[in-house]
Amino acid sequence: MAESALALTELGAVFFALGLLARVAGKFGVSPIPFYLLGGLAFGNGGVLTLGGIDEFTELASEIGVVLLLLLLGLEYTATELVTGLRRSWMAGIVDLVLNFAPGAAVGLILGWGGVGALVLGGVTYISSSGIVAKVLTDLGRLGNRETPVVLSILVFEDLAMAVYLPILTTVLMGAGLLGGLEALAVSLLVVTIVLVVALRYGGFVSAVLDCQDREVMLLNVLGAALLVAGIASELQVSAAVGAFLLGIAISGSTAMNATRVLEPLRDLFAAMFFVVFGLATDPATIPPVLGWAVVLAVVTTCTKVVTGAWAAGRQGIGWPGRLRAGAALVARGEFSIVIAGLAVAAGAVEGELAALATAYVLLMAILGPVAARVVEPLARTTIGRKPAL
Amino acid sequence: MNVEVTLLPGIGVRKDFALASGRRIGVITRKDGANELIVSRKDDPDATQASITLSNEEAAALGNLLGTPQLIAQLGEEHRDLPGINTRQLPIREGSRYDGRALGDTTMRTKTGVSIVAVMRAGQVQPSPTPDFTLTAGDLLVAVGTADGLDAATKLLGNN
Repeated sequence: MAESALALTELGAVFFALGLLARVAGKFGVSPIPFYLLGGLAFGNGGVLTLGGIDEFTELASEIGVVLLLLLLGLEYTATELVTGLRRSWMAGIVDLVLNFAPGAAVGLILGWGGVGALVLGGVTYISSSGIVAKVLTDLGRLGNRETPVVLSILVFEDLAMAVYLPILTTVLMGAGLLGGLEALAVSLLVVTIVLVVALRYGGFVSAVLDCQDREVMLLNVLGAALLVAGIASELQVSAAVGAFLLGIAISGSTAMNATRVLEPLRDLFAAMFFVVFGLATDPATIPPVLGWAVVLAVVTTCTKVVTGAWAAGRQGIGWPGRLRAGAALVARGEFSIVIAGLAVAAGAVEGELAALATAYVLLMAILGPVAARVVEPLARTTIGRKPAL
Repeated sequence: MNVEVTLLPGIGVRKDFALASGRRIGVITRKDGANELIVSRKDDPDATQASITLSNEEAAALGNLLGTPQLIAQLGEEHRDLPGINTRQLPIREGSRYDGRALGDTTMRTKTGVSIVAVMRAGQVQPSPTPDFTLTAGDLLVAVGTADGLDAATKLLGNN
């Protein structure tokens, strides 16, 4: 077969397979992310079938996927929401960071992956999947619950923390060391602050420049702007994803809504490619040796997230069932853990086993998260119900 | 009523308040414009028992259904300063001879001096209906007039 014909056939087969996987995920009401990872594992190095000839496209597509993931995350929030969310949740956010970064970092050190490995794995276990959490809260009809704003504020804090963490990670991965990391921290804090201020004051202006009634123009405008900003941010070593996230925050109001509408299908497509590429790069044979550690991390970080959520909800005067619901809602990890691991693997700065561990961990947590959110309520009711009434 | 407004980052805004019964009731307005009616659970005020998605039309209909007594009370309140003027709701019952006929056919104003200021139908309020407004069984006419006039109007519509 001619090269392009082969590439088209392979791509078609990949997309079609992903569609089937997403459908299966939908049947069980779970996130498709673990299924995409499994798909990638099956087709990649040492999998059942090896695909070749589409690397160039899939590599670029997966990078666009990360940019779009973060851009749409930024579009979800307005600068006002971020600022109020941050003000309300910074203490819970720090507890969340400490409790959930530590287990990953510790395992990274124990397995001898050094400071960089610890930084990467800490990030992987720290960040909840806003996508899965928001979907679970909606599916379970908990948007009106009193603990839900607490959960959402923690997610806001985590997403902003990503905007600071990713540039540091990128610098460290490039081998710039501690000083470079600190410099990146300073730069990214400065950039995040500037963007928030600009978005609060002149968000309307940015939106007006990009806004257009015509869907086609809108799509090209926003996608173009996102890739431009991502490219420039990447050049400035702020990380492409963070650039896109900050652009998303700066866009507000109806422009943000329209942009979300036109970009959502693109994000789904390219993000799926990103998960597949990550899976492709991971040799399934490397997973069994790290599976034990993945299970340990899964158990520990499930507990730490529940503690985080329960503590944060308790501070807002929410009762025990609500506290446990808040904790369990945060358990799911997903897209951003893979984004972090993906950056590390792409930079070639970490062991291959780290990718395998991250994959196994996210597979477990993406499935465990929604289950935990569902079962915590009946579980809490039976255990708390048995206690003598006060 | 002390309505609490809570920002739900990434999702929308929740507006709710506590009822005398201890439950909370409110509305979530999502970013995409969807409305959700929420009612908290009795045993756990932090949790929602029901969260019901409503289209804009459905939300407006529900709002009108719930707002109707308020509207009548308000009309009554406005006319209180005018001695001798009352407000009353007159239903068009099933099998009424005006079912399917125009408001003008009742010749209400000529015969009784009573004004129909609004018609309520299926939770929607039609303010200042014109004489060619077609009545249907189930409509509620909001009538303003003297006590005698309103009695005559009640009789005219065949509701005793």
